[in-house]
Amino acid sequence: MKILVGYKRVVDYNVRIQVKPDGSGVVTDGVKLSPNPFDEIALEEALRLREKGLAEEVIVATIGPADCQAHLRNGLAMGANRAIHVVTEAGQDVQPLAAARALLKLIDKEQPGMVILGKQAIDDDANQTGQMLAAIWDRPQATFASKLDVADGRAKVTREVDAGLEVIDVELPAVVTTDLRLNEPRFIKLPDIMKAKSKPMESIPFADLGVEAGWSLTNKSYAPPAKRSRGVMVKDVAELVSALKEKGLV
Amino acid sequence: MSKVLIVAEHLNGQLNPSTAKCVSCAAALSPEAIDVLVLADAPDAIAADAAKISGVARVLTIARAENAQPLAAALAPQIAKAADGYSHVFGPSTTFGKDLMPRVAALLGVGQVSDIMAVDGAHSFKRPIYAGNAIVDVDAPTDQTVVATVRTASWPTAASDGSASVEALSVDVALPSHTRFVELQAASSDRPDLQTAAKVVSGGRALGSAEAFDIIYKLADRMKAGVGASRAAVDAGYVPNDMQVGQTGKIIAPELYMAIGISGAIQHLTGIKDAGTIVAINKDAEAPIFEVADIGLVGDLFQIVPELTDAL
Repeated sequence: MKILVGYKRVVDYNVRIQVKPDGSGVVTDGVKLSPNPFDEIALEEALRLREKGLAEEVIVATIGPADCQAHLRNGLAMGANRAIHVVTEAGQDVQPLAAARALLKLIDKEQPGMVILGKQAIDDDANQTGQMLAAIWDRPQATFASKLDVADGRAKVTREVDAGLEVIDVELPAVVTTDLRLNEPRFIKLPDIMKAKSKPMESIPFADLGVEAGWSLTNKSYAPPAKRSRGVMVKDVAELVSALKEKGLV
Repeated sequence: MSKVLIVAEHLNGQLNPSTAKCVSCAAALSPEAIDVLVLADAPDAIAADAAKISGVARVLTIARAENAQPLAAALAPQIAKAADGYSHVFGPSTTFGKDLMPRVAALLGVGQVSDIMAVDGAHSFKRPIYAGNAIVDVDAPTDQTVVATVRTASWPTAASDGSASVEALSVDVALPSHTRFVELQAASSDRPDLQTAAKVVSGGRALGSAEAFDIIYKLADRMKAGVGASRAAVDAGYVPNDMQVGQTGKIIAPELYMAIGISGAIQHLTGIKDAGTIVAINKDAEAPIFEVADIGLVGDLFQIVPELTDAL
């Protein structure tokens, strides 16, 4: 089977996010951009399935502006067979429902046996695209996966839920979204970067997919979160206990 | 006027407190009515609990064998049908709601507002992005259903002096058979649930081993507190992953949070921002956790924690 992997470019997780003084957004100019960490886990899992002989081809796809090509080359260097770049216009905001509709167009064309996405992107933290894609594709979803076993046209997926670990069994094709503990993505080696240069990359303008924009959320203004202030330091357990008693907490 | 439908979360016949938090958020819209939808194989006891939540007009139940387990693929089409006539459909921002609500939204042909932390109007909300490092004011389209998840840590539990009517609902919709529930490996514990406990004691990497975590459990038991952990402690294998507090684990808002041997990485702090009082115990006086702690104590946790347990 083919596996389609969603691979979004986001502000690197180590960057300290700054809200612009006029509240019009967060500062993204000149900051380090990286693959969404959950998407790297998604790609790693797809590569492992291919290495086990359970998949023949791994396609890495992104929806983003023209300069996302270098980002996709990372995915190819990690080991994807080929890449699809859905090219957005500068400043175009593709929200999860539109992203799911665009991915469905790619599914129609590629007919993958499995789609693996990160459970959320660490920029908008929406945690929606995989679930929405599964809904409009009318296929199973296995979100927040921490273990994935594929056999006989089905996937047994262990999911990280609040109550513990839930195991579900889904018929393929299906959408899987990754949680942190699914795997540890491999590092990219220099020869792989060279090899990636000759791997195929297809570019499709977003407008050519025929995705209806439909519903969208208007992001009006941005603000930094309310800060907690530094409290008092106590010097020993006795002082701690009396401070807690004073607040009526013990 | 708004009419809100809230999808109830429950497990083993018990209503999850996240439902009453969603009711608080819905009430902030000053709606015409708030109804709660219970999907279960045997919804009666759960519905009776939901009917007590103050502010709820009606509790609607859909009893089907397929609703015995919370599988989004089975629940979503029923909710999408039941949503007819409602301006808003809310679920909690727990793993249950996060899994389910986007599927409902997509079936209704709309997007979703994730993690509502404040309501500014019937279609205007505040939500966190970038792991809570920025808050964005959003407007949802006014001519379509608003599907949203409610950030439970931002909302109080609604009072329980209500007496809503309970009505059985039947929705005529075929359910898929492509998704099967296998099992839930629940960490069984007599301790208060981490997500809803009034007090939480958390341990970090400084504990050094799973065995050493015992002093955290002892302190928690003395305080009748839930037990949490930092991602570092989970990754090191000291405790299971469902104990993780932080942006990628549980986001909690207890009255008292004790961070023991936790340095205070951003992703951990995101999970405890709304706690009432934060106490930090750490040997490193420069640890970032002290920047947000209401009460800090610098020292060796292996001495302090047993001493504190005895003192309480």
